[in-house]
Amino acid sequence: MAAPPAQREPNHAIRIGFTWLVLALAADLLIWFVLGPHLPPGGLASQADGQRFDIKVMAVMAAPVMIFVLLYFAYSIIVWRGREGDDDDGPPIGGNARIQTAWITVTSAIVLCLFGFGTYELYHSYGAGAGEGPSPIYNPPGAELTAAQQMAPWSPGKPVVVQVIGQQWRFTYRYPQFGGFETTYLALPRNQWVQFDVTSIDVIHSFWAYQLGVKADANPGVDNVAYTKPTQLGRITVRCAELCGLWHGAMFDYGQVMTLANFQSWAGASNARFASVTKLLPPYATTYDPTEIPLFKLGKVVKALGLFGAGGGYYPPNDPSQP
Amino acid sequence: MAIETEPGTITQPGGGVPAGEPAVRAWWTRPAIHTGLIGAVIGYAFGHWLGNYWASPGVGSPAQYQQIPTADANDFAIVLGYTFMVVGWLIGLGFFNDLVLAMLGRPLRDYQLRNGGDTGMARYFRLTHDHKVVGLQYLVGMIVYFCTAGLLAMGIRAELLSPVHHIFSSSAYIEIVGEHGTMMMMLMTSVILGPFGNYLIPLMIGAKRVAYPRLEALSFWLTPAAFGVLLSAILLGGFHFGWTGYPTLSVQDTSGGDAYAFAFGLMGLSMILAAFNILITVICYRAPGMRWGRLPMFVWGILGTAVMMALAAPILVGGMYMILTDRTVQTAFFADQLGGSSYLYQDLFWFFGHPEVYILALPGFAIVCELLPVFTRKPLFGYKIAAAGMIGVTLLSFFVWQHHLFDSGIDPDMRPLFMLTTELISIPTGFIFLVGMGTLWKAKIRFTVPMLFCLAFFFNFLIGGISGVFLSDVPADTTEHGSFFVMAHFHYTIMGGLIFAFMGGCYYWLPKMMGIKLNARLGYAHFWLMFVAFNSTFLPLFAIGLAGQPRRVFEYQRDLTTLNDWVSISSFFLGASILIFVINFVWSTVVVREREIGNPWNSRGLEWQTASPPPAENFAVVPVVLTGPYEYGVKNSPPVADLNPPVGVLTASLSDTQTAGAEA
Repeated sequence: MAAPPAQREPNHAIRIGFTWLVLALAADLLIWFVLGPHLPPGGLASQADGQRFDIKVMAVMAAPVMIFVLLYFAYSIIVWRGREGDDDDGPPIGGNARIQTAWITVTSAIVLCLFGFGTYELYHSYGAGAGEGPSPIYNPPGAELTAAQQMAPWSPGKPVVVQVIGQQWRFTYRYPQFGGFETTYLALPRNQWVQFDVTSIDVIHSFWAYQLGVKADANPGVDNVAYTKPTQLGRITVRCAELCGLWHGAMFDYGQVMTLANFQSWAGASNARFASVTKLLPPYATTYDPTEIPLFKLGKVVKALGLFGAGGGYYPPNDPSQP
Repeated sequence: MAIETEPGTITQPGGGVPAGEPAVRAWWTRPAIHTGLIGAVIGYAFGHWLGNYWASPGVGSPAQYQQIPTADANDFAIVLGYTFMVVGWLIGLGFFNDLVLAMLGRPLRDYQLRNGGDTGMARYFRLTHDHKVVGLQYLVGMIVYFCTAGLLAMGIRAELLSPVHHIFSSSAYIEIVGEHGTMMMMLMTSVILGPFGNYLIPLMIGAKRVAYPRLEALSFWLTPAAFGVLLSAILLGGFHFGWTGYPTLSVQDTSGGDAYAFAFGLMGLSMILAAFNILITVICYRAPGMRWGRLPMFVWGILGTAVMMALAAPILVGGMYMILTDRTVQTAFFADQLGGSSYLYQDLFWFFGHPEVYILALPGFAIVCELLPVFTRKPLFGYKIAAAGMIGVTLLSFFVWQHHLFDSGIDPDMRPLFMLTTELISIPTGFIFLVGMGTLWKAKIRFTVPMLFCLAFFFNFLIGGISGVFLSDVPADTTEHGSFFVMAHFHYTIMGGLIFAFMGGCYYWLPKMMGIKLNARLGYAHFWLMFVAFNSTFLPLFAIGLAGQPRRVFEYQRDLTTLNDWVSISSFFLGASILIFVINFVWSTVVVREREIGNPWNSRGLEWQTASPPPAENFAVVPVVLTGPYEYGVKNSPPVADLNPPVGVLTASLSDTQTAGAEA
């Protein structure tokens, strides 16, 4: 290119850097103070609150990175676009050791920070509501892992054990500490640790209690444990988050977080109400083998309460009735 | 097999005696698609009959495999039918002709041996050993597969216009979801490696042919079989377990499950073959002077992809094989009550599945790194770091698979480790951004259609990558796992990354490959509609997922209706943008055919130094490479290669590596 009258090259780095600083700061403040409190999955339970905090922190870390890259691209497109009639090549810059070193250092540092933060949060929030399998290692006080422990009557200080049984296409909930009744309605007390023991009697499902911040796969023959602590009263939506067959899309139900007193009276009443059904159910266990329990063939449970017991209740595979 | 000392020499694989003049026969008397189809039909009928014969009572064996009374639902017969169908398809295509001839000691048919000895339109419809023909076969095949799976996606979005199920039955909906997902994930693994890898790599490294032309052809001709088998699932009642195929659901499902497992396994085989051909070609067939440090970035990226394919796809084939035996002969690999484990499958599947998503990302990196220097008129910034990034992604991709299983109940001890490895992979991925941004610094950007796709790649992949970091964090993942957030994330990396790069590659290389120009005006329309519609489709899905909508559902919360409708309507525009591409492709290559014989982008790539489309053997003589491929703006830089090197250079370079190394 024929050299035009000397035009001083602007300092691109300072321009980009300064704009970035302003935008990144503004974005982070907005995320932290304005968007942050409204981020999903809400604050109904300790684990949900923890996840919201994690999402917020990561958004605060991610926003400056995204803004930097986008700003740089926008700047390049505007400032370094090829001019009409200029067929020359650009400057032959094959690399820059300092910039490359700095980039690797910064990205590595961000990644290690994220790892440290995530690991701390995972321990600190007792497994973060994720299914931990039969031998959880991130336990709140008083994990109840054997069937015998779980069947001992509940006393304050112990987690409330709720067994979640997935089957096509319904979740049912069993309360071993309150008489071992089984229901389709998820009720939980406020301010108590809840231990979900998630299992399945047919295919893999995933128990996703959105407002509780709990997601645990329901595997046949596996007791998948997850913890949460509801801290507010409110409604819970439960959905299946693992494709489980034809009516996976319709596999959802609702539940409620209630005060401890209300919960105890609900549990007592339910135990009495379902007593006749409970007798038909197999004895409480951490997992069930549907091939050994022919009980569902009786159909009594189904007929009595529209309830599909732990003994299994498949819909005929080729002709599902609307659940 | 010894490495041939002169790749340009025509040799006789199979050891037959050279034949005389190429025989000229009418197209319909030679093995091609039509004979392949006949073979497939006969093969299926035979296999199906054989399966039912073995499984039916009273034919010599007292024990029967199946209790199913109806022959149509006998999984054993269906799988045997598919197996013999593929064998019949390959026989019909003539894959075994040379083998039989060589065994009989008869001369091989010369026209099948020579790279490019086969001419005429009909060669695109039959087995050929010319990598350029295979590349174009792949290109058309991939576009067909992509559009089929894309139409299925339109079906999904039509259903999701309403929060209750209204168009399809629950069964049909899940079938469509599974077909869309599986078709995209299994066939699009080769969307760049197949067409561009096979076509361009020999040209880029200065070779006259690929190492294993037969394996290359086989890898392509297995893809239509896999595509057909997968689609045939619909005739068998579909499969209702998505593309991941978790048992026990996939073992219990209707006969469509056989089609899923067979097709996916078959595609795994195709990936292994394609990968080995590429690996050996790049390692052994580089022209003198094409040192590792001068390898074009595209070759580095495809090399990494081939490594991942060669190492990961066998695991997939194994997993699918086990599904098939569980379904047919009642093995119990994945049945918990019989000593198997469904976790085994999840581990096998994702041990393949996670490298696979990088198989679906790395070729995109490769294309943008290749195109950026051409359209910024600058050398690639940080050549070594770009190659390191690709190698890093390749290696790390094998160490992250359990992040798909954070909620599954697998040993929680491992979660911090897999959180770390997953986050670590963002470092080599970040290298590609460093390279891209460094290359743009003080550049002279030319906003051609391919360049726009490259820039959009960075925009989309940034969103895809950053959302991936959210998913790597176990606490945040508890909410995001299995939701539309994940779905949006991988559509941003695969569609926003891989497919955008593929489109850029089409506009960039079609003048080379077909000798025609794609219409630029339609190209700009295609780009802008696709870019806007893509982001309008997938950006809201992050919000939908975080708001609690799981994947693969046909019913969702009523308050998400507006967002879902917005997404659905955008997706129809996205479909329209692909339609523009297809129209442009057909219009430019079939109707108008505006010739392009030179080097329209003024690229320094070795593939552009030969004619467009390249002659039968790519180069008259094997060139000697003189510089790296990105020396734009470098003063007094020699041409990229000497296309007419002095006689004896090639022999000298092979006999004395010192000479070859010092020639620059």
